[in-house]
Amino acid sequence: MQLSTREFKTVSYVSGPLLFLEHAQSVPYGAMVSILLPGGEERHGQALEVSEEYAVIQVLEETRGLDVAETTVRLEENVARLGVSADMIGRVFNGTGQPIDGLPAVIPEKRLEITGSPINPVSREKPSDFIQTGISAIDGFNTLVRGQKLPIFSGAGLPANEIAAMLLKQAKVLGEEEDFAVVFGAMGVTQREASFFLQQFERTGSSERVVTFLNMADDPTIERILTPRMALTTAEFLAFEHDMQVLVILTDMTNYCEALREIGSAREEIPGRRGYPGYMYTDLATIYERAGMIKGRKGSVTQIPILTMPDDDITHPIADLTGYITEGQIVLSRHLHRMNYFPPIDVLPSLSRLMNNGIGEGRTREDHRALANQLYACYAEGRDIRRLVAIVGEEALTDLDRNYLKFADDFEQQMINQRDTDRTITDTLGLGWRLLKRIPTSELKRVNKDLISRYFSEIMEEGVKTPFY
Amino acid sequence: MSQQVIKGIISKISGPAVIAKQMTGSRMYDIVRVGKEKLVGEIIRLDGDTAFIQVYEDTSGLMLGEPVVCTGNPLVVELGPGILAGIFDGIQRPLLKVEEVSGSFISRGIDVPSLSKETKWRFHPSLKAGDEICGGDVLGWVQETETVKHHILAPPDCKGKIKSIKEGKYAIEETIATLEDGRQICMLQKWPVRIGRPYKKKLDPNEPFITGQRIFDTLFPISMGGTAAVPGGFGTGKTVVEQTLAKYAAADIIVYIGCGERGNEMTEVLSEFPELEDPKTGGKLMNRTVLVVNTSNMPVAAREASVYTGITIAEYFRDMGYSVALMADSTSRWAEAMREISSRLEEMPGEEGYPTYLSTRLASFYERSGRVVCLGSEAKVGSVTVVGAVSPPGGDFSEPVTQSSMRVTGALWALDATLAHRRHFPSVNWNRSYSLYCDQLEEWFADRVAPDWNELRTRMVQLLQKDAELQEVVQLVGPDALQDNERLILETSKMIRDDFLQQNAFSEVDAFCSLEKQHGMMVGLLTFYDKSQAALDKGISIENILNLPIREDLSRLKEVPNELFSDQLGSFVSKLSLALEGE
Repeated sequence: MQLSTREFKTVSYVSGPLLFLEHAQSVPYGAMVSILLPGGEERHGQALEVSEEYAVIQVLEETRGLDVAETTVRLEENVARLGVSADMIGRVFNGTGQPIDGLPAVIPEKRLEITGSPINPVSREKPSDFIQTGISAIDGFNTLVRGQKLPIFSGAGLPANEIAAMLLKQAKVLGEEEDFAVVFGAMGVTQREASFFLQQFERTGSSERVVTFLNMADDPTIERILTPRMALTTAEFLAFEHDMQVLVILTDMTNYCEALREIGSAREEIPGRRGYPGYMYTDLATIYERAGMIKGRKGSVTQIPILTMPDDDITHPIADLTGYITEGQIVLSRHLHRMNYFPPIDVLPSLSRLMNNGIGEGRTREDHRALANQLYACYAEGRDIRRLVAIVGEEALTDLDRNYLKFADDFEQQMINQRDTDRTITDTLGLGWRLLKRIPTSELKRVNKDLISRYFSEIMEEGVKTPFY
Repeated sequence: MSQQVIKGIISKISGPAVIAKQMTGSRMYDIVRVGKEKLVGEIIRLDGDTAFIQVYEDTSGLMLGEPVVCTGNPLVVELGPGILAGIFDGIQRPLLKVEEVSGSFISRGIDVPSLSKETKWRFHPSLKAGDEICGGDVLGWVQETETVKHHILAPPDCKGKIKSIKEGKYAIEETIATLEDGRQICMLQKWPVRIGRPYKKKLDPNEPFITGQRIFDTLFPISMGGTAAVPGGFGTGKTVVEQTLAKYAAADIIVYIGCGERGNEMTEVLSEFPELEDPKTGGKLMNRTVLVVNTSNMPVAAREASVYTGITIAEYFRDMGYSVALMADSTSRWAEAMREISSRLEEMPGEEGYPTYLSTRLASFYERSGRVVCLGSEAKVGSVTVVGAVSPPGGDFSEPVTQSSMRVTGALWALDATLAHRRHFPSVNWNRSYSLYCDQLEEWFADRVAPDWNELRTRMVQLLQKDAELQEVVQLVGPDALQDNERLILETSKMIRDDFLQQNAFSEVDAFCSLEKQHGMMVGLLTFYDKSQAALDKGISIENILNLPIREDLSRLKEVPNELFSDQLGSFVSKLSLALEGE
């Protein structure tokens, strides 16, 4: 297969994950290389910078054992590629795309550049298919639509993985039965997390539909740069060549960003905020933007990246830059988690930017937007009063304030908290109206009179039901 | 003019930055074609015979020794019929044509003309042979879209007598007029993006830029040709503000720059604008819009250029005497593109790694706005109003891009995460925002809308200010400690916030609010305050006032359509007075 190979024995300097190669002018920028160690072991790398004096190679595995005299670098491919095939579904690969499930290598239908190409904005289809996740905090308030990228902002010790698993189990587009697949990309996860997901896939019977890329916590950091791109290249291939609805779960983006920082500092770049490289926005965009739908093609790529906010800080560069790129975010709350509510999603800072496309008459229900806004406003008011109570005590409150306070408690306990129930969107909206009964109608300014009279009377007809959680 | 072709070779590649040697004779900001794939790049530094090039496309796969060819021209945009309703990337490649060539994904080295050279447009001359012309004169027009007449202007540097001028259907490169000195004029003009187009003089900012948004028109108005910065953390609704302005603002032409933003969001613009009706003309909104789209995953250098491409297009329409609104979403991404390229060039960084020339670049961009007397013998007045979104990291306004923008723009519309979390939209923080145009616009509002406009506005601002102070007291001691008249201030301010400042961009009735309705709503709210104050003085308890059912009507005033509003206001105010005085 290899017509001509170019080999270099001119390694002059090795530092951290980087290797400098002298007189290597024929190495293209971004090329993939193999690195042959004196002992015969083979590793891989990618050219980060080329100039007349030297080429900078980023070594994907560790640099331990590399020497200056004997190490040989062989040019493999002009750019990083991944062989993709529909047979990848159901298989497990490592972070660089090698199978680790003991089965033979996949015979590729195509070899694609893992960096991908940007989707032409005019070719994109407006994402508007409502995905019912069965989770009220998402369906009701931060609706997910097909082709969206909606990250989960978690904190150390919060159950982001459980929520992802719940999504995996329950998510469906109403009224449609279509070919779907899940691509799971794990960067720097522990054995425990990896086995949690693999077991979940097993238990929900979806492992036949999942392509897994695993870069474990003890795998080389640098590999993590490739893992999400491998996952997305596979996802795009399945979605746009095989017409499948693909859900991509990437965890944990924090590990990815740390790997990026590590390379930046090894290259002695000028660091940006908190030592992360100045181009992290652009770099993250090349990952997150690979979601969407394309006109004239049936498939879609929906992304749920998971990231851990260091010290629960939403202004940390990782969470911050992610929020600027993705179409919203699902933020987990330590307070709700401590109250033992599941899923502990804090709806106030959470957001889905594509929500309006996916809801309303003909999609969910005509009152969805207005009702969600009203519940938001009341809950925000209740939370403000809760803070006030901490200072001035409950006696100082007016009756109305007390109602808001109680509303906020009920909202968390009944609406957000649902344990393992799979709620339909009608259940969620009905529950919303029932919770609003506590607040006087004159306060309900986000919903107009028609809606109020229609849906309140509907509840009256149903009679008072006990909340279902 | 034409010199021999300069052809160098690549000597270093690092991301979008490429260094080429043997480039003697090339000039700063010349456009070059890099490598065998002919990627588009621009020279941004010269050092002896080496040139530093920022490449507008992904450089993976490039090799040392590949050729670099200098075109000898700076980055230009093509201006002429065919530009409206267009969707371009950061260096004005038409994305629809790119789609035809390369499919749904954008590949590299695509070379397509910005404007179609084949399409024939019917040219109607408005001058005749023998007329003297100078730069900027209107030679004639083309009905480019249903609603917009595209005036064909004499190029800025042209002067002389028309020898011949032809009516009929022409492509943009065909000659439509010839001058006595032999100069031939076609409909197409090219203009280097980094240089502002000339005008006669700038005018004072004394006419407002009407947006139909209560918080902007009433509290923080900007002038025609003014500038505003809209900073806000993620999820505070910057994009919705920009899009709402694009839809409803009183401008003839809209230029929307999606700079480093989300692909799906641009899809929303692309799918909505062609559907939306233009409230001014009844045509489609897209017919008066030009979109410049460079999403976050498209090459970073083209993102840097997109802002200049957009404003040059805006200036071109300004020169025809149109009022143009330019929306830049988001200038932070533009600044980040500058930072990224600067760091690849190993320049000494300024604050937070941004290049030291950040504020100069921002200032010179915003200064290309303005209401001007255009070139040409007829006195045309055109304007470019610039609204730039800023995305401060972590919502922290002390960062360099926000600070530099605040120094040069005339208004600050500060978006607030707390308001956004309560779904108070537009989430403009009324205590933090400001407009420097208020004084100059007072006269206009008093003349054109209502004599008491400025007085009502001031009173409303004062109420909000007092409210902010009282809120601090409430935080400490609880609402019970307040006097009745103080509680009235709190309640009235709450009504101002919820019923006036809040505006639903997605509601049919409320999305656009006429100035008359804005005035009427202010009258309603302040009448309530005054009458309640009078009632309190007569010894009526605050609870009684707050429980009046009329308050709910007041809060639903915004649901009354613009055209019915003035009819209903009178009866509403008398009902209100009756209710409060009857107590």
